[in-house]
Amino acid sequence: MKEVKVLGSGCANCRTTAALIEEVAQAKGVAVTMQKVEEPREIVGYGVMSTPGVVIDGKVVHAGGVPSRDKIAGWFSAV
Amino acid sequence: MDAVFAPLRRWPSQQPLLFLILAISAWFGLYLLLAPAAEALVAALPVERDSHLGGALQFFFYDTPKVLLLLTGIVFVMGMVNSYFTPERTRALLAGRTEGAANVMAASLGIVTPFCSCSAVPLFIGFVQAGVPLGVTFSFLISAPMVNEVALTLLFAMFGWNVALLYLGLGLTVAIVAGWVIGRLKMEAHLEDWVRDMPHTAAAVGEDRLSLGERLDAGFTSVREIVGKVWPYILGGIAIGAGIHGYVPQDFMASFMGKDAWWAVPLAVVIGVPMYTNAAGVIPIVQALLAKGAALGTVLAFMMSVIALSLPEMVILRKVLKMRLIATFVGVVATGILLVGYVFNAVL
Repeated sequence: MKEVKVLGSGCANCRTTAALIEEVAQAKGVAVTMQKVEEPREIVGYGVMSTPGVVIDGKVVHAGGVPSRDKIAGWFSAV
Repeated sequence: MDAVFAPLRRWPSQQPLLFLILAISAWFGLYLLLAPAAEALVAALPVERDSHLGGALQFFFYDTPKVLLLLTGIVFVMGMVNSYFTPERTRALLAGRTEGAANVMAASLGIVTPFCSCSAVPLFIGFVQAGVPLGVTFSFLISAPMVNEVALTLLFAMFGWNVALLYLGLGLTVAIVAGWVIGRLKMEAHLEDWVRDMPHTAAAVGEDRLSLGERLDAGFTSVREIVGKVWPYILGGIAIGAGIHGYVPQDFMASFMGKDAWWAVPLAVVIGVPMYTNAAGVIPIVQALLAKGAALGTVLAFMMSVIALSLPEMVILRKVLKMRLIATFVGVVATGILLVGYVFNAVL
């Protein structure tokens, strides 16, 4: 089970990112919990300055834009 | 099938230099072909070239591919340039500097640093936390959305390089001066308490040595994202332009948005501030206003206020700024834009 957090104050790109991650995770058969972090205070706590950002199991893996499908697949295959 | 096409799709990243050279030659070749191609296309249609309709069609067939080609080229190049100027690096460049020169730097970096208004808050906090002075942060925050490659390219393609350069110069001036004034006003107390009390962090720059191939990918991504999103607005803008080109009498708007109407500039700003759209969305309106004889300063003031100040952005910023600071921000920037409009109308 992977714990995924999408950081971003609810803009369209953040929703796209969350949906894309869920889609890729499902295609790869990886179970995830998805949480959206919208509170600026918390986002900054991760040291992220440009959203959307992605945190997996407490580690920032991506910031500043919708991640590519290949990049997302990489997070779920390197177990 | 995929086995055949996958290597084809990947070769730009593997041979980035070769790809760049080929792409640049193809781009210029296409650009030179545009005017004759548009003429040929209109000639092939059962329309008199010298009629109103012929003029409008020629304008549309020439301008549409021209603007899209220019935009694609510039957005691609800027996507690559952006990959050198991450927000983290910009922050490290600005941290700990004193105001003045740093305002100029911040406004200039605002042009090349990738920025989306939904990132405004984390970016703002990140800057302040790393010790970038408040006024300098504002210079960046004003310039980043207002002076960007899409606005400049569209202005260049539709109204010529002098309008684009004027917009660039004036946009930077507003960002620099407004940021400096906000800095002078010493408004640090009007940050939300939790922002003010945050521990300062060092502005570290993450190691990201990207290869040329990866920067090319960044270029492709921004073309897909930006051009993919703005092309309908551009078509709309050109269609309006083409219609005006052929039909509408000049000086239609001159009586109420011309130079002589002193209230036109403030009215343009007041209408522009609550409006929320990107540079591409406002271009059709700008096109229509200008072509009908509205004064250039008034129109540029309108465009700046639409892009630089918007209600949704204020709502987001409210999470980190107290009302007084937001009001000051809007007041200072709006005044700057107002002055730009008046100076322009007076000089030209």
